[in-house]
Amino acid sequence: MKNHAQLSQEFNANEPRVNWHDETLWWVRQKRDKAANTLPEWEQLREAASSIKYHTLSNLNDYLQQFEANAEQNGVTVHWAADAKEHNEIVHRILAAEGVNRIVKSKSMLTEECHLNPYLAEKGIDVIDTDLGERIVQLADEPPSHIVLPCIHKKKEEIGELFHEHLGTAKGEADPQVLTAAARVHLREKFLTRRAAITGVNFAIAETGEFVVCTNEGNADMGAHLADVHIACMGIEKLIPQRRHLSIYLRLLARSATGQPVTTYSSHFRRPRAGQQMHIVLVDNGRSTQLGREEFRNSLKCIRCGACMNTCPVYRRSGGHSYHTAIAGPIGAILAPNLDMKQYADLPFASTLCGSCSNVCPVKIDIHDQLYKWRQVLMKDGQGGAAKGLSMKAMNFTLSSPGVYRTAGKAGRWFLRNVPFVVNNPLNPWYKQRDMPEAPKQSFGEWYQQNRKK
Amino acid sequence: MTSREKILAAVKKNQPELAPMAEYIQPERAEDLVAKFAIVLDGIGGKAVMVQRMEEIRQHLQEHWLGKGRIVSMVPELRDLGEQPSEVDPHQFENVELAILPAHFAVAENSAVWVTEELLQQRVLPFITQNLAVIVRRERLVATMHHAYELIGNGDYGFGTFIAGPSKTADIEQSLVLGAHGSKSMTVFLL
Repeated sequence: MKNHAQLSQEFNANEPRVNWHDETLWWVRQKRDKAANTLPEWEQLREAASSIKYHTLSNLNDYLQQFEANAEQNGVTVHWAADAKEHNEIVHRILAAEGVNRIVKSKSMLTEECHLNPYLAEKGIDVIDTDLGERIVQLADEPPSHIVLPCIHKKKEEIGELFHEHLGTAKGEADPQVLTAAARVHLREKFLTRRAAITGVNFAIAETGEFVVCTNEGNADMGAHLADVHIACMGIEKLIPQRRHLSIYLRLLARSATGQPVTTYSSHFRRPRAGQQMHIVLVDNGRSTQLGREEFRNSLKCIRCGACMNTCPVYRRSGGHSYHTAIAGPIGAILAPNLDMKQYADLPFASTLCGSCSNVCPVKIDIHDQLYKWRQVLMKDGQGGAAKGLSMKAMNFTLSSPGVYRTAGKAGRWFLRNVPFVVNNPLNPWYKQRDMPEAPKQSFGEWYQQNRKK
Repeated sequence: MTSREKILAAVKKNQPELAPMAEYIQPERAEDLVAKFAIVLDGIGGKAVMVQRMEEIRQHLQEHWLGKGRIVSMVPELRDLGEQPSEVDPHQFENVELAILPAHFAVAENSAVWVTEELLQQRVLPFITQNLAVIVRRERLVATMHHAYELIGNGDYGFGTFIAGPSKTADIEQSLVLGAHGSKSMTVFLL
């Protein structure tokens, strides 16, 4: 199992590609800034969004039951899944009961988190992802590398190659317009022939029992309105108390994600249409545990806009797949250790703690503080790894004795000046993608001794 | 213990003490809503057309769409321009070239129009059609989403959606392409 550092090293092997990835995401981040700056009330909106989410979490037990009662009154069947396995079993059970073995699915990071696609494949059910980016990574047999831009790591030529192989487009065709048109034809056929559709949920409203799905492509709607069975899968943290609160979140979501004033479609599903079955699966999968971790519970406010990824200097240069979890980037790095501290111990360390993620977060999650706090929890739990443990011990020894500290500093400066090849070589991890500093003639201590009397 | 009971018990045990929530009140801004709506719609790939009378919409649509393919019209005054959906099966709409729909209201800050099931008859209609024309009355323009939800209030609908421009994607190297799965164009007539 490779960790974040090893996986980013692979991503970094191709320098022009890393630069391209970096610049593309930074461009999206700039679009976000422009959109946010058009609203003078942006900061008040963030504050309100954060506060409503916190209130909801503090009363989640009641709101969940209120939502369930209202949804059932609307004619929707509500299911509860304690973990990923139960979620997948419930979905399969619904499909099996209807004798459905081919389905369409719109983007849902929850089903990625639960590994629903491979589970259903094993049961003989064919799943077609209908978001264009997700369909592309599905054809490439890869997971999404970004929650909003699933194939942001792929070049159009690579996508052209995939489409040539799977959809029969011309060899060498790489024009986004032509490729999208081919996907439109390919996916329309799926929408029209599949009897069941799975969608995610962006927001669910306790007061009315309805849920909202936001897309730019319209794929969730094409799937759901043509299918006999609509299954919506949601994490229990997606709830908000009242319908009017949507105004705040819909104003923040797309502006933060892509810089658009709103997604093309913000669809409110309340009742199944005549003759249709509608199911909602409420999934815990570690969320109630995170709710109990005081320092990390704010992470449950996340509305999955991806702004923290687009701005993160580490994400932009290491790629989404280096995070080896469904949700990459800064927010993923605080969600994943909650699920498995051992497996994801590397992720909170994959950050510069620059705070850019917290600054852009539309619901004001203290992301970089949580990354810092996770490091402490993980080190205490013995998940830091031997090298990190040893170097921290050496650091502790050096810093607690002024004599040792002075000698070490002197030795370091001498080596840098006289035998630079001892540190300027690939064995030194600090030398990777970075020049070592020029050694000063004297330390601050020496300078101070010399100048204090002047 | 069922999963439901297990989850609810864990949530109850782990949730923090009941916290109040900050209220948000949208400050009023004096702006020309019609102009704002048109500019934003243009920016997201749609087209706003200003008209004084229903007759102008009829002329515009006849000029641009007559003879191009199947038209479905859900606007009572423009029923003659196309058929009304009578089929129960939503799959029957796969070859609709143009759907003409009325909207309850529109939002200037993001150019979204609000439609619900009773205006659509068929939920899939605005998504499955190749092109979309929507009619909104100018006095039904509001400034922001806060005003929009004030209008929606506790209205009852089985399905409702905000539509802002044509279907689009930028999944291939962030190049914006209009017409992903849904309508390739959206014209909004402001009456």
